[in-house]
Amino acid sequence: MSDEVMETSKPVGLPRLNEPAPDFEAVTTHGVIRLSDYRGRWLILFSHPADFTPVCTTEFIAFAEIYPELQKRGVDLLGLSIDSVYSHIAWIRNIKEKTGVEIPFPIIADLNKEVPTLYGMIMPGESKTETSRCVFVIDPNGILRAMIYYPLTTGRNMQEILRLIDALQTSDAHKVATPANWKPGDKVIVPPPTTVEMAEERVKAGYECIDWYLCKKEL
Amino acid sequence: MACISPEGTLTESARKMLEAVQTPATPEEVAQSTGLPLFRVRSGLRELVQAGLVAETEGRYQITEAGQQKM
Repeated sequence: MSDEVMETSKPVGLPRLNEPAPDFEAVTTHGVIRLSDYRGRWLILFSHPADFTPVCTTEFIAFAEIYPELQKRGVDLLGLSIDSVYSHIAWIRNIKEKTGVEIPFPIIADLNKEVPTLYGMIMPGESKTETSRCVFVIDPNGILRAMIYYPLTTGRNMQEILRLIDALQTSDAHKVATPANWKPGDKVIVPPPTTVEMAEERVKAGYECIDWYLCKKEL
Repeated sequence: MACISPEGTLTESARKMLEAVQTPATPEEVAQSTGLPLFRVRSGLRELVQAGLVAETEGRYQITEAGQQKM
């Protein structure tokens, strides 16, 4: 068996939701950063396949566009690809020169694939040398709260990322869940009762209920 | 390095941080007074401590004699 085949068949560890996000120290365009430097803030750690590529460029411009909205929500952004810091610097200078858009967040330069390996960002079926379009939402306590994986061909939806942050922060603040296609201002789901007695009480509680297990309320 | 250039000079953000730790301050206080993001402050103060320009005691940071000379 060749080394290449052995490498692709090696199990890839993926981080798990509601567990501490794997810690790291990495070289970035803003200096050496540790994951713990973000403690107390929300963080979106995201990877892109490579600098100076078309879909990634549109995504970086889009991430820069939602950056002010993320900051209002207490969220920082941290990019990553398997490129050098010099490549990152050249690319963000090129984006600014060609489009006028300044990239305000740091980008990890990880030629050794240390962070991609920790977070399962490389999908060998797509590419062995590039990270897929991964998004990891990490809360102020360093807990991994959400993951999104997009393939190389498909740029991410920034409105969905903002919606996800709003949903997580709303769930945390009000101890509720959010239904499909929820957006801020919509009704939220009351956690379902866990006993027969609570179920009986729930249907009389004045919520908007389809049945005892699906009740919504205004915030 | 984000705070000290390859020529050995301080970056603008490093100068801001050193100004902010003339009296002992937490990273949160430095972020507030400089306007720098908290992650940049934590990362930068770590680098300045390694360079001997800042000292840390019980979570508070203060400029050292070497830091004063560098300013």
